[in-house]
Amino acid sequence: MDLRYSKSDEEFRVELRGWLEQEVPKHGVSPDQNDWEGRVEYDTSWQRKLFDAGFAGINWPKEFGGREASVSEQLVYYEEYARARAPYVGVNFVGLLHGGPTLMVEGSDEQRAAHIPKIIRGEEVWCQGFSEPTAGSDLAALKTRAERDGDDYVVNGHKIWTSYAQVSQFCELLVRTDPDAKKHGGISWLVMPMDLPGIEIRPLPTLQGDSDFSEVFLEDVRVPIANRVGKENDGWRVTNVTLRFERGTAFASEMYRLQERLAQLKQVAKSITRWDASAWEDKALRREVGHFQAELDSLWSMVKLSVAQSGETGVPGLGASAVKLYYTELTQKVLEVYMRVIGRAALARVTIDDLPNEEVLDKALNSLSLSIAAGSSQIQRNIISERILGFPKDR
Amino acid sequence: MDFRLSEDQEALKQGIRSFCEGRISIDQLRELESKPGAFDRALWGEIAEMGIFGLRLPEDRGGVELNVADAVLVFEELGRAIAPGPLIWTHLAAGLVEGADLGDTVVGGLDMTGPSTELIMLEHLESIDTLLLLKPDGIERIDPKAIDATPVEIPLDPFTPVHHAKSLPAGERIADAETAKEWRLVGTALASAQLLGIAESTLEAATDYAKKREQFGRIIGSFQAIKHILADCFVRQEAARAAAYAAGATLDYPEVGNVERAVSAAKVVAGDAAMKNARASIQVHGGMGYTWEVPAHYFLKRVWVLENVFGTIDEHSDQLAELVGATA
Ligand SMILES: Cc1cc2nc3c(=O)[nH]c(=O)nc-3n(C[C@H](O)[C@H](O)[C@H](O)COP(=O)(O)OP(=O)(O)OC[C@H]3O[C@@H](n4cnc5c(N)ncnc54)[C@H](O)[C@@H]3O)c2cc1C
Repeated sequence: MDLRYSKSDEEFRVELRGWLEQEVPKHGVSPDQNDWEGRVEYDTSWQRKLFDAGFAGINWPKEFGGREASVSEQLVYYEEYARARAPYVGVNFVGLLHGGPTLMVEGSDEQRAAHIPKIIRGEEVWCQGFSEPTAGSDLAALKTRAERDGDDYVVNGHKIWTSYAQVSQFCELLVRTDPDAKKHGGISWLVMPMDLPGIEIRPLPTLQGDSDFSEVFLEDVRVPIANRVGKENDGWRVTNVTLRFERGTAFASEMYRLQERLAQLKQVAKSITRWDASAWEDKALRREVGHFQAELDSLWSMVKLSVAQSGETGVPGLGASAVKLYYTELTQKVLEVYMRVIGRAALARVTIDDLPNEEVLDKALNSLSLSIAAGSSQIQRNIISERILGFPKDR
Repeated sequence: MDFRLSEDQEALKQGIRSFCEGRISIDQLRELESKPGAFDRALWGEIAEMGIFGLRLPEDRGGVELNVADAVLVFEELGRAIAPGPLIWTHLAAGLVEGADLGDTVVGGLDMTGPSTELIMLEHLESIDTLLLLKPDGIERIDPKAIDATPVEIPLDPFTPVHHAKSLPAGERIADAETAKEWRLVGTALASAQLLGIAESTLEAATDYAKKREQFGRIIGSFQAIKHILADCFVRQEAARAAAYAAGATLDYPEVGNVERAVSAAKVVAGDAAMKNARASIQVHGGMGYTWEVPAHYFLKRVWVLENVFGTIDEHSDQLAELVGATA
């Protein structure tokens, strides 16, 4: 139960902080949400800078080009990264945070060699083809078929909510290889190149007004059998490895950044006049914000425990579900109060009177997805009650 | 940095848990309920023998020489068992009031650093040998027998008898403002630890019951409405754990953060967790939860007592609002 950072942790902090202070402003502001070319360039060139400076793949093993940082250095990294407002992982999310890590644990040597060095340099963008129109929370009900033909699987099906599909080179694709096996038993995990014939991508506008996710239609797409990760029909187990990474520390820097957002909320409240005093004079608001501060600090302490626990195995544990639920609900609550503070400025999604309304609204709208994506809050509660508390499964 | 418990800490926690299971079980508490003052000096002596009061005293003074973080683990276990008596005060007083560490002197206290000092409610008055007043400018000692106080006929928590006093006699100053401040912080952390313990044991009791009780031909723990209530209890428990442990670890090494902030966060988050989990436990027990026989109510009643020691959730939230934006 020791929270002290070591001397070398602090040295790492100084080094990283110095680098970020120099590089983050140079990298400029992120392009418009609908400027895909600009976004890819912005996100991937930033990843390349991280790599060249030795700050990419912070928890990845050295043999895969990562920094293999200790648990405490990882925490320093998340803290400093958030503090410096460094660019969001963006289009690199899938590759860096769960596609690559899944290959490290489950992939063959060839698969690792083919993808991991490129993912960590920002040279390969990945997407996740898991969800289907009739298989969301019940992911194992997926229907996309893969039939063997020579050296290939011939894939037919329909994926949905595929983030960054339109800019990806590869897709972690779940397919059904045995239609007669039980639901969880006939699934395989494939690496699908996105430039194969038969793939059609139709962007779906999100409630943000961007098109961060798409529908992906697959018609007789020939994916080499060699691209399968893990054994045939053992894909559900591999999927759980992927999902655990996705629910693990993928959001750590975002969690820390909430601290800063709450501080900003306080500053804004002080600058806004309600009747004849500042909004911060409102005792009810202050009490609520103080309560959030307690929860935010606890969230970060939870992350410290959770990272230490997963540090041993490399795979985040079940406790990650508790962290995700707590983070999701807290983020939504904080942003709702933030919207109340900016009042009628919330009617505009472009900056008014130097208020942070544009950013607040972007974040508030985005926070709605947190309780749906990567396993909805209801599914996380099922996981906790069934796998941790030991209650029977839903039918 | 490694925020996990060390092996020694796991063993310490386990030792206290076994002790509580053997000596402070619900059945044993029930016997205590009928005793005057709901207090048992023999049990108090055994608690002292476990080293709980002298835990942080140096070895050459008969103590165990452990840290606040270790004390947090001990009080988490005492909270789980809703162990009765002025445990925190006697623990704080060890080393300052003679005989406190050995259990010979039972020390009670009153925190007068908060906003409402007019209403004087004194816990465990008839069982204590010394009463300490925690004031912003120092700690004062009073002889409990010198206080003109009326016993409250029906206390909320059967194990926390209270007296009501109109005024207090002048006390003798035994420690300075700095010590008072330290006590207030450590006391808050230990109360948070007890609240964490209650958040755990109420979830455990509700989980056990939901696995046994059947309705509509199946255990109620197969209904999603029940499962999700308890999943939320688990999340709150883990947040409370992280917060209470962080408070202890920060008190031991203040350079890792801001002590006031860590302690207030613990009281808020552990307080919320205990309150909500104790309520949930009663709800999951159904009609049984509303009986005196099922112990679920004891836990919620203790939470209401602990909410009112060392600062309420609201008071700590107000304090935290001032600290938002300051570097941790
Ligand atoms: C912004 C965003 C990005 C995404 N990106 C990707 C991506 O890149 N790749 C990908 O494959 N998927 C992606 N998803 C999809 C995401 O994984 C699914 O939306 C999610 O799994 C829920 O599935 P669904 O949308 O079909 O909702 P449903 O499963 O239909 O759920 C609808 C509602 O019912 C509830 N529900 C469902 N089952 C149960 C149950 N057993 N008990 C209680 N309640 C239940 C849910 O909690 C939810 O509230 C993304 C989603 C979002 C919002």
